[in-house]
Amino acid sequence: MSAGSWKFWLPLAIFAGFCLLVFVQLMHPAEREVASAMIGKPLPAFDLRAAVPERPGLATVDLKDGKPRLLNIWASWCIPCAAEAPQLEALRQQGVEIVGVAIRDTPEDVTGFLARYGNPYARLGADDLSEVQLGIGSSGVPETFVIDGAGVIRYQHIGDIREDDVPMLIARLKEAAR
Amino acid sequence: MKALFLMFALFFAMPLAAQDALPPAPYAYRQLDDPAQEAKAQALMESLRCLKCQGQSIADSDAPMAGDMRHQVRLRIASGEAPEHIRAWLIERYGDYVSYAPKISATTWPLFAVPVLLLCIVVMVLLRRLGGRR
Repeated sequence: MSAGSWKFWLPLAIFAGFCLLVFVQLMHPAEREVASAMIGKPLPAFDLRAAVPERPGLATVDLKDGKPRLLNIWASWCIPCAAEAPQLEALRQQGVEIVGVAIRDTPEDVTGFLARYGNPYARLGADDLSEVQLGIGSSGVPETFVIDGAGVIRYQHIGDIREDDVPMLIARLKEAAR
Repeated sequence: MKALFLMFALFFAMPLAAQDALPPAPYAYRQLDDPAQEAKAQALMESLRCLKCQGQSIADSDAPMAGDMRHQVRLRIASGEAPEHIRAWLIERYGDYVSYAPKISATTWPLFAVPVLLLCIVVMVLLRRLGGRR
């Protein structure tokens, strides 16, 4: 085998290809979000106590009355949840009904958060053992699910709601109403 | 300058302190009374991914969500549920990603087939070379 033969350069070419692959993968880390596999499936059965005295708790039956809504998974200890508060308020003002599930939270902390950032929730359940979160395939806070009138999960938004997500969520709700 | 740096450091340290105030779930750190059941639960927990800290199993992680998952696993094992049934329940919610147990499927079969194929090629090449020398 001489330096002129293509076989001579093959190992180097394979090595270079490997380096390129490593480099490209390093530049584009894999998606770290875990999407719920529950889209298109009905909500699991749950019945959560009220997280604060001024709003009722949340049960599966409350989400099967024919009206589509947003189910917001959040917590007072979660910083992006504070960042999405204005967007939730904007959605509420546009007539969207939002129900909340507070993950591992105390009534005092929830009250403090709502006093500071506003309360867009029609109902607010307390999920002290992350049971609802695990039941619907949510892996963090905040996450927002579109639930149709029959209590079927139609869409999952992972992370905080930004301003440009608001029209998208309204469109998803309209779609769920059909 | 130093004070400014310290202020920044404190500011960025805040999110780390922002954990929930609730105590861990009852069975997050408590073993089941029956050692046989606990062993089953432990084996399952070691093969389930923590969704908050994705390189760890729920048995390794101190994330509150992993604690809540351990609580569920232990309660379900204690009530007589089969470990593979619990795994299937989680896969139904989070997809295959939540389980560390290898599974042959439409997307993973090459992982198992390629080593076998390579071994066959190696055997063939060796046979040809050694056979040629004789």
